[in-house]
Amino acid sequence: MFYFVKFQYITMSTTFSYPDPRLQDELRKTAEAIVAPGKGILAVDETNEGIGKLLAAVGLQNTENNRRRYRQLLFTADDALSENVSAVILFDETVYQKTDNGQSFIEVLRQKNIIPGIKLDRDVVPLFLSEDEVTTQGLDDLAKRCTEYRKQGCRFAKWRCPLKISERTPSVQAVQDMAQVLARYASICQSEGLVPIVEPDVLLDGNHDIVRAQKVTEVALAALYKALSDHHVFLEGTLLKPNMVTPGQGYSGKSTPEEIAVRTVTALLRGVPAAVPGITFLSGGQSEEEATLNLNAINSVPLKKPWALTFSYGRALQASVWKTWAGKDENVRKAQAELLKRTKANGLAAQGRYKAGSVRSVAGDRSNYSANHQY
Amino acid sequence: MPPKGKKGKGKKGPPESGWMPGFGTKATMTTYFQYPTPELQEELKKIAQAIVAPGKGILAADESTGTMGKRLQDIGVENTEENRRKYRQLLFSSDAAISENISGVILFHETLYQKTDDGTPLVSLLEKRGIIPGIKVDKGVVPLFGSEDECTTQGLDDLAQRCAQYKKDGCHFAKWRCVLKIGRNTPSYQAILENANVLARYASICQSQRIVPIVEPEVLPDGEHDLDRAQKVTEVVLAAVYKALNDHHVYLEGTLLKPNMVTAGQSCKKTYTPLDVARATVTALLRTVPAAVPGITFLSGGQSEEEASVHLNAINSVDLKRPWALTFSFGRALQASVLRAWAGKPENILAGQQELLKRAKANGLASTAKYQAGSIPSLAAGKSNFANGQASHGKYVAGSVTGLGADAGLFVANHAY
Repeated sequence: MFYFVKFQYITMSTTFSYPDPRLQDELRKTAEAIVAPGKGILAVDETNEGIGKLLAAVGLQNTENNRRRYRQLLFTADDALSENVSAVILFDETVYQKTDNGQSFIEVLRQKNIIPGIKLDRDVVPLFLSEDEVTTQGLDDLAKRCTEYRKQGCRFAKWRCPLKISERTPSVQAVQDMAQVLARYASICQSEGLVPIVEPDVLLDGNHDIVRAQKVTEVALAALYKALSDHHVFLEGTLLKPNMVTPGQGYSGKSTPEEIAVRTVTALLRGVPAAVPGITFLSGGQSEEEATLNLNAINSVPLKKPWALTFSYGRALQASVWKTWAGKDENVRKAQAELLKRTKANGLAAQGRYKAGSVRSVAGDRSNYSANHQY
Repeated sequence: MPPKGKKGKGKKGPPESGWMPGFGTKATMTTYFQYPTPELQEELKKIAQAIVAPGKGILAADESTGTMGKRLQDIGVENTEENRRKYRQLLFSSDAAISENISGVILFHETLYQKTDDGTPLVSLLEKRGIIPGIKVDKGVVPLFGSEDECTTQGLDDLAQRCAQYKKDGCHFAKWRCVLKIGRNTPSYQAILENANVLARYASICQSQRIVPIVEPEVLPDGEHDLDRAQKVTEVVLAAVYKALNDHHVYLEGTLLKPNMVTAGQSCKKTYTPLDVARATVTALLRTVPAAVPGITFLSGGQSEEEASVHLNAINSVDLKRPWALTFSFGRALQASVLRAWAGKPENILAGQQELLKRAKANGLASTAKYQAGSIPSLAAGKSNFANGQASHGKYVAGSVTGLGADAGLFVANHAY
């Protein structure tokens, strides 16, 4: 057996394939529908543990039925919901749940023309020898899981990787890992016909200023899009769910929505290729009103905006809902009205048309921050 | 690397020496870099935006001595310093109307210090016309040992001092060309990474001296590959370039990109329309070039004058997002007819200048999607500027005015400026 030194050439992968044109079309159409003008995403993909805390706060046990009742409240809201909600991110359990009269949640959403999506990341595990940094697992058998969720009616997915700002973090290790994990996840999703939303969440935790937040966000985004390119992810069939650029929770100064908007859009212009159809911001620990005001400012800032800029909010769409519902059936209608108020407000903000304070919500100004937030 | 510059009050961190017990050898992620000062950002941004102002583009007149020699040889003119001076004088003393479509000129080092017949610096002809002078700062390609005939570009030594001097002497932007070749196994990982890195170092140094860097990662048209392969290579190369620029904290709003259009290889049997080229080109750019970059100034490669204009027009018309200016930085595609008309004779200077004005106008229109194919007939409009030593014809024919019949092209395979 001869051994030829020549065969050690590493061929740069410029001989990869683009996805099949029909797959490209489907992914692109779905992504564009999710970020249609005036619309955004309702994120209800809290893990059982995560939603348990919210149930406890309204005096309810963390049972499957209570989790079902809460999601039912959201999905059976008035049809007007779909004027501003294009899509919903679900947790695994919710995909298989039904309303009181036996209709699947997926079917309820489909009738409202709302696209169901699925949270695919599993849990967060430590990066050994790092300074308290983490990675997110869930790649094993991911293709199979995608096939199953697609069968159930999901057409997009979400995966979140948190990055923490501190004196010496995020480290090269954490940033590189986040980028690689998100790229593998995105590639697998697309192979099974799901649009991947990639979520590199630079956390609010810390007492850094807004400039540091911007730099970290820029570095993270550059690493992410290089990895997506390396893994031949079809960008036109993806969405980005980033943090806005804000000072850390513990920072003594405050930033105006305008400053947040300028720094956020600048960071995105530097790191996110315009082939990406839309950017659906996470709300982090912002209050409902804050998240709306900031989104509005982002859409009003006098900079290039070559992607849709809209919302994918969890806490910032549901804080008032929880407060109003308080776990009681007789409050369902009022709680649903609160939901519609916030989705309308954010739909306007996604077009730069929201007037500050014009939508009064029950918990509108309450911070939704919790340290080391786990969904 | 320990953070440079002043530390904020009460901020803790690794000492300047970079080591302290407990800190170990952990690498601090470079989220501690500096942005350029607001004044520098403003200056660089203004220059870059002026270069890609609507309807305008760049005349690349930075042919090295050797390359200029080939051009002159083709029209029977001797390659002397005086002839090179005369030729560049012809270009820069064109009617002031030239500045309606030419925003900047890239110069070769020698030209920056040459003078007109009456002793004024050539560069002042540009300044008088409101045209921004720029300078080629790379020192040519050298082989990458162990690679399959691949190369990198040198010129980083003393680059900061050179840039400082060029800025003093009136240059506000620079250009550096890297070359990548498509073959069965190329461009290699080595070539892509090396060229991306050297472009990033060049760009960083330029900005430190208040010069806007034009970054040129040229994927050569040599080869038999199809449009699809050209697009993939371009995407991979550009992704690497912009990752490197980010790693080196280059201020993107104060840079420009000078890429190849995405076209099939010169020897590819399949033919493509301008719309195919436009689609492939803009798609590749959308996937890789951040919208923070103000403009993209295409190189013409071996395309004929007309081909280059028609492609640029299609690029500006295609129904895709276009969040940067898309204009020209043409050398051969602005000068082929000029050289032919001039032929080295003083009595032909005006004719030569008129050819330049014609092509500048054509490309200015193309950069705003207003160019009608064939509407500006030029002496050498349809003649391909590519030749790998053999007779060749340009890929695009429709609407072109074919040249004088001679097939000898001006381009040699592995073209070096």
